[in-house]
Amino acid sequence: MLIELNDITKTYEIGTVLVPALKGINVNVNKNEYVAIMGPSGSGKSTLMNIVGCLDTPSEGVYMLNNNNVSDMSDDELAEIRNREIGFVFQTFNLLPRASALHNVELPLIYNGTPAAKRRKQAEEALERVGLADRMHHKPNELSGGQRQRVAIARALVNNPSIILADEPTGNLDSRTGEEIMEIFEDLHDSGNTIILVTHEEYIAEHSDRIIRLRDGIVERDEAVMERSA
Amino acid sequence: MNVGESFNMAITAIMSNKLRSSLTLLGIIIGVMTIIAMQSLITGLRNSVHEQLSQLGSNVFQVQKYPVIHEGNRDKYRNRKDLTIEHANAVRRLATAAELVGAEVWNFGREIRYLDKKTNPNMIIAGATPEFLINNGFTLADGRFITEQDVDFNRRVCVLGIEPVNVLFPYEDPIGKNVKIEGERFQVVGILEELGSFLGGSRDNRIIIPITRFELLYGGERSINITVKAKSPQLFETCRDQTIGILRAVRKVPPGEENDFEIWTSDQLMEFFDNMTRVVKIVAIAIASIALVVAGVGIMNIMLVSVTERTREIGIRKSIGAKRRDILWQFLIEAIVLSEIGGIIGIFIGLGIGKLVELLTPVPAAVPAWTVILGLVFCSTVGLIFGVGPATKAARMDPIEALRYE
Repeated sequence: MLIELNDITKTYEIGTVLVPALKGINVNVNKNEYVAIMGPSGSGKSTLMNIVGCLDTPSEGVYMLNNNNVSDMSDDELAEIRNREIGFVFQTFNLLPRASALHNVELPLIYNGTPAAKRRKQAEEALERVGLADRMHHKPNELSGGQRQRVAIARALVNNPSIILADEPTGNLDSRTGEEIMEIFEDLHDSGNTIILVTHEEYIAEHSDRIIRLRDGIVERDEAVMERSA
Repeated sequence: MNVGESFNMAITAIMSNKLRSSLTLLGIIIGVMTIIAMQSLITGLRNSVHEQLSQLGSNVFQVQKYPVIHEGNRDKYRNRKDLTIEHANAVRRLATAAELVGAEVWNFGREIRYLDKKTNPNMIIAGATPEFLINNGFTLADGRFITEQDVDFNRRVCVLGIEPVNVLFPYEDPIGKNVKIEGERFQVVGILEELGSFLGGSRDNRIIIPITRFELLYGGERSINITVKAKSPQLFETCRDQTIGILRAVRKVPPGEENDFEIWTSDQLMEFFDNMTRVVKIVAIAIASIALVVAGVGIMNIMLVSVTERTREIGIRKSIGAKRRDILWQFLIEAIVLSEIGGIIGIFIGLGIGKLVELLTPVPAAVPAWTVILGLVFCSTVGLIFGVGPATKAARMDPIEALRYE
């Protein structure tokens, strides 16, 4: 089991008021699954994504990621886990604006101490995988939205993480470019990667094998997608 | 992540805000420049003063009527008895620790002639005894110096510095020729080795004549200087005490009263000069420190702005695995690199000022290596102290908040 979420709760304290965002989530994800998390705003899907992505820790409950209990880890331990286990793809791409595509992709490797030559080679391979071999030395503002998201995907891939965690990856793209990006995710899935997709678009979620629907901080439905739409 | 990576990141960040960075650097540049330039001037001045003062031969002290450096007006000293050749003779006769006792007296701003040629009226004429040469650190280039016989028989002979030689005898050998000093004929018997100039004043415009002839020429009512060379460094103090005793006796200074003459050595003058420059040095360091503190606050301010501006960048870096210390070092090294760049520019400008002063004035440039190192260490410290706050702020950011920052 790659991801085991047991009775995860998350409560925010806003002033003196306690606001529960997650009220007991139990979800398991296997290796090479392609899961979509859906839900209206306020359903807790961002909070869940932050916890799954090790950006945040649950108030209560146990989160086992790749047999590591990450529920009680310190900031720096979480940083290390993020570096090793998780590749983020964000709606707003979140690339460093002043760095070339290549340098952006190298970044996770810089933080785990990969030597420069090896780092460069891995980054180039990752960019080739997303079809950007000819754009390596462009800065983000010299790239289209779709290309920027490909750079972000290459960055997510470069460390061979256990999970690729995509948060509305097509939200800032037109539908044709969005489809292209979804095809990349499908390719990644076919080649053995585990993908967790957070979205509120039904047709995007249907690319996945399994949809987990959240409402008011609990799992409302968790079901396999029977028939894939093209 | 290693320091090299942080360094590259710092350079990238600094270069992408060139105007802002250079304005921030101004304070550091001024501070370091002040340290280097002042140090260059003071050290240069000291070296050249030292060189000049050491011309007074080693183990030599000088006795004169007026103090070299005195506070208040000269009236206090005016009523002292003049020093005379007899006083010098008494010291020569009685001071057993003295090797050489010379008597000398000066007249400034004279001109001398040879045939139809004449010098500028800036020659310095010294009436001297044979000891003058060694006691004043001169050497002979050609001919002979003033002898005891020259002094005893008031001979009209002279030894020329290189300046009058160049003016009066451009194409001929001056030895044996007759020059005119105050209308009287003097035979040139020797030439002094060139000494160069000191603080803009030439030391090669001297003309030496026997002290007895000098007194006949200009009258004997001038107080002379007595130069005394001790037999050895060990006997220097003894020699000085003997001289004081002898002079007090022959000048009939009652016991318990102050000496009515002054004794100075090169070391004393050096000490006086060092005391004087120490104040200048302290003021310069104070100015530089204030500039550097102001600069540090500027750096802190710009780093705080930079951290806020780059909140999202910090979020991105943290989300892909940057630890707290990675972020801390990134911003800390950026602050240090920023102030080091200012420091290096400041050092070069300071060195440039030193060189400029050397070109325009007689003060040579001299920057000791420790000043440069100190300047750079100072800059790193400023960068470190004022960078730690902003860098800590960056390192502590919550990645979720930081990623959400617009």
